[in-house]
Amino acid sequence: MAHEAIHTDANDASDITNPEHAQHHIVTPLQYLYVFATLLFFTGVTVWAAYIPFGIFNPVIALGIASFKATVVILFFMHAAYQSRLIKMTIGAGFFMFLVLITMTMSDYISRSWGLW
Amino acid sequence: MDSVLTTAEHVEHEHASLPQHRHHFETEEQQREAGSFGMWLFLLTEIMFFGGMFFAYLLYRNWYYPAFAVASNQLSVPLGAFNTVMLITSGFCMAVGVWAAEMRKKGLLVLMLILTTFFGLVFIGVKGIEYHEKYENHHIPGADFSVAQFVNPAAYGIKEAPLSPDMAQHTEIYFFLYFAMTGMHAVHMIIGIVLLFWLIRRANRGDFSSGYVAPIENFGLYWHFVDIVWLFLFPLLYLINRHPLH
Repeated sequence: MAHEAIHTDANDASDITNPEHAQHHIVTPLQYLYVFATLLFFTGVTVWAAYIPFGIFNPVIALGIASFKATVVILFFMHAAYQSRLIKMTIGAGFFMFLVLITMTMSDYISRSWGLW
Repeated sequence: MDSVLTTAEHVEHEHASLPQHRHHFETEEQQREAGSFGMWLFLLTEIMFFGGMFFAYLLYRNWYYPAFAVASNQLSVPLGAFNTVMLITSGFCMAVGVWAAEMRKKGLLVLMLILTTFFGLVFIGVKGIEYHEKYENHHIPGADFSVAQFVNPAAYGIKEAPLSPDMAQHTEIYFFLYFAMTGMHAVHMIIGIVLLFWLIRRANRGDFSSGYVAPIENFGLYWHFVDIVWLFLFPLLYLINRHPLH
């Protein structure tokens, strides 16, 4: 298929058998080992950081590290980095929707009933 | 007419060369892509499910900050960190298991699935120890819940400032959310472990070492998702209140 030389993961409606150009990528155990080491390292960092007084930044640092670890797991353990654009968009849309729901609900709660809880 | 029907049937089934390839998919890649897509859609509903509880935690922590800080500090960071390492190790074994299935290494796949199960069970066991400690301290919400440790921490050897009785009542909300979130997470783990037993049996039979990887791959997605939930539960429930603002 000639078009694959130009696009690797873009949708191609003319390709009826594999429009997403889904390819079968195999991640090696060595890559998994790097991911594993990264996750263990940042688990250590997050526990260490919890005992250092950073004021309001303690939760920010903890959640930042958790988000980074989650991203690494999604990209490599869950192979998102090697999926088609359709699946990448689906994952992104899901997290975006989640953030929208959190933000809208929170903006409702913080903008009413001041001090009544 | 007979010959036309026979020919049509023949053409329709010609491409189905492997037993796992369903005839309504044009190619194996398409079947695989559809499977991954469906699995991710399911996981997005799971994000919304856990997301509701994460939001409740976020809101109540802001409302009843002193109660949440003191209650959170009753959890054991060493046990939580140990469990985080157990889950990451379990996830690593699962990932190597997917690779073993791709490489058609039956023995390695079965071994990795068994290790995945083992580390998952260790996690559940440690969680049980933690729950038991909460039971002994009357920190399980309900009729037996007691705020004694929070209104008079010095009497229990706890180095925290005492809470006023009305604020101390709100620690029950923290523990309710703690049990709801870690409990639902543990339920997902237990479901995963049951599925792992089934997958180990099938892997041992050789189902996944002849090019049919989808069940292992999609179960891997589920297992890693459960890991990710814990990666957020650990800092939120155990860590972020070690230095409360006063």
